[in-house]
Amino acid sequence: MKSITVISGKGGTGKTILTASFAALAESKVMADCDVDAADLHLILKPEILKEEVFLGGQAAKIDKSKCIECDRCLDECRFDAISENFVVDPIDCEGCALCYHVCPVEAIEMIHSKQGRCYISKTRHGHMVHAKLGIAEENSGKLVALVRKHAREIAERENIEYVIVDGPPGIGCPVISAITGASLVLAVTEPTVSGLHDLKRVVGLANHFGIKALVCVNKHDLNPAYTRQIELHCQEVDAEFVGKISFDTVITKAMLNAQSVVEYQPDSSVSEQIKSIWQRVDEVARTLP
Amino acid sequence: MIISIASGKGGTGKTTLATNLALSIGKCQLLDCDVEEPNSHIFIKPRLIRSRSVSLPVPKVDDKKCTYCGKCSEVCQFSALAVIRKNVLVFQELCHGCGACSILCPVDAIWEVEREIGVMEIGQAGDVHFIHGLMRISEAMSPPLIKAVKNEAEKDMVTIIDAPPGTSCPVIEAVKDSDFCVLVTEPTPFGLNDLVLAVEMLRILEIPFAVVLNRSDVGDDKVDEYCEKEDIPILMKIPMDRELAEAYSEGIPFVEAKPEWKEKFADLYNNIIRMV
Ligand code: SF4
Ligand code: SF4
Repeated sequence: MKSITVISGKGGTGKTILTASFAALAESKVMADCDVDAADLHLILKPEILKEEVFLGGQAAKIDKSKCIECDRCLDECRFDAISENFVVDPIDCEGCALCYHVCPVEAIEMIHSKQGRCYISKTRHGHMVHAKLGIAEENSGKLVALVRKHAREIAERENIEYVIVDGPPGIGCPVISAITGASLVLAVTEPTVSGLHDLKRVVGLANHFGIKALVCVNKHDLNPAYTRQIELHCQEVDAEFVGKISFDTVITKAMLNAQSVVEYQPDSSVSEQIKSIWQRVDEVARTLP
Repeated sequence: MIISIASGKGGTGKTTLATNLALSIGKCQLLDCDVEEPNSHIFIKPRLIRSRSVSLPVPKVDDKKCTYCGKCSEVCQFSALAVIRKNVLVFQELCHGCGACSILCPVDAIWEVEREIGVMEIGQAGDVHFIHGLMRISEAMSPPLIKAVKNEAEKDMVTIIDAPPGTSCPVIEAVKDSDFCVLVTEPTPFGLNDLVLAVEMLRILEIPFAVVLNRSDVGDDKVDEYCEKEDIPILMKIPMDRELAEAYSEGIPFVEAKPEWKEKFADLYNNIIRMV
């Protein structure tokens, strides 16, 4: 079993569009949507939920007013300014560190697990899919990402499936680190813009930091051919293989409006050919990896 | 006056809106709080005035005093400490800097040292005072750096915040305490799905908000319908324009490529002021 994570650094470069096409192209795979903050893959793959699990992530302090003697200890110690003058904890500011719970001399503070999200195991027209929904305004998406990955892995191992294909979150922070942990390789999708190149450098830097092989492809390459070239050059410098480019084409949005991946919607379009050739290369490289 | 620019989905045009707004309203400050992948500086091109390192306190254990009682690893809610026989392991990247271990250690064997999580840069470009954070690569937590950027801001200046994408902790840190939030989205199924999540978030935070629709002619009418049903004003529609997309790709702000847009952004600002 090998795991491929599609990431982008910058959001909106076409990560999910590409991942959805991979779902249709790969023969033996489990799909995992690890962009738990703003999950979109389900809009294309239309999963039918088989199993659901409540995810308990972080916690927040709660002060029992009937026990509180207003000694100020918790107020003084909390570094996140989460406790108000009248001893009420703001669950949004609370980091869940439990320091107040420990210093309270009269045990007036309780730590409460809020329901932080749900994790789903589903079936789709392209096989199994694991996805999740993070509670709104919640933290700890890294842990939920890890749970999604774990379920996907288990299914792949149990059913002797070749690939876990992960749709990763944008950025380079905790959910991304969690989504690339254990990946055989990452595919970074970028666009030929100053911002795209800037963000690509950071996300490839992240993959290098963790010793994970990075492949790169460019979406909307003809928007700015000069920048596409620069991205190719940057890839040579940092030893990330450039595996292909996708044209700026309205067929991508049309496929999305139709709840289909591009390769299903218009299999013979040039964009579909480009995506197929990217998948082919990703597949070849993945096979050479341990 | 603090106006934050956010969106559930990435790449919808947050930075475009934040930077062009800042460039159209005279004296103001722009805080780029997307510290994982900051891009505003590309368009604003500020002259760097100063920069400083941002750090978090992390525990350091004094081997001479430590009795390996295990209290620190027991109280740490983030699994940042492990006591294994006669050894205390500190996993610095997991530490939230809450101080629980050092405060609760029964023999005072833990003190705190500063660990750099990123840098903050402060600059100026014409009328725009500019601050952004740049998170160190491999760092997991962006909220402390976002907080630092916001703390560095000038008080009593019109403030535009470019928030990170999503609806979880980094976004909350960036948008909280805003007087108004503009959600940027596009008229596609992904855009709508993520807009709904962002709306739920702002309702929990009780921040007034409105929508700007970018690439407004590429998809369907579902975002319009949703906004109408939910009574959410759409303040501006920006059609798909290849010329603008090309300018964006070169790091050229909208209002420079097409100066007539400056007035529209100034109007947008005035509309927001009226709504607050
Ligand atoms: S749990 Fe930590 S962050 Fe939350 S209120 Fe208590 S001391 Fe503050
Ligand atoms: S400061 Fe808080 S988060 Fe950091 S190691 Fe100590 S208890 Fe854990």
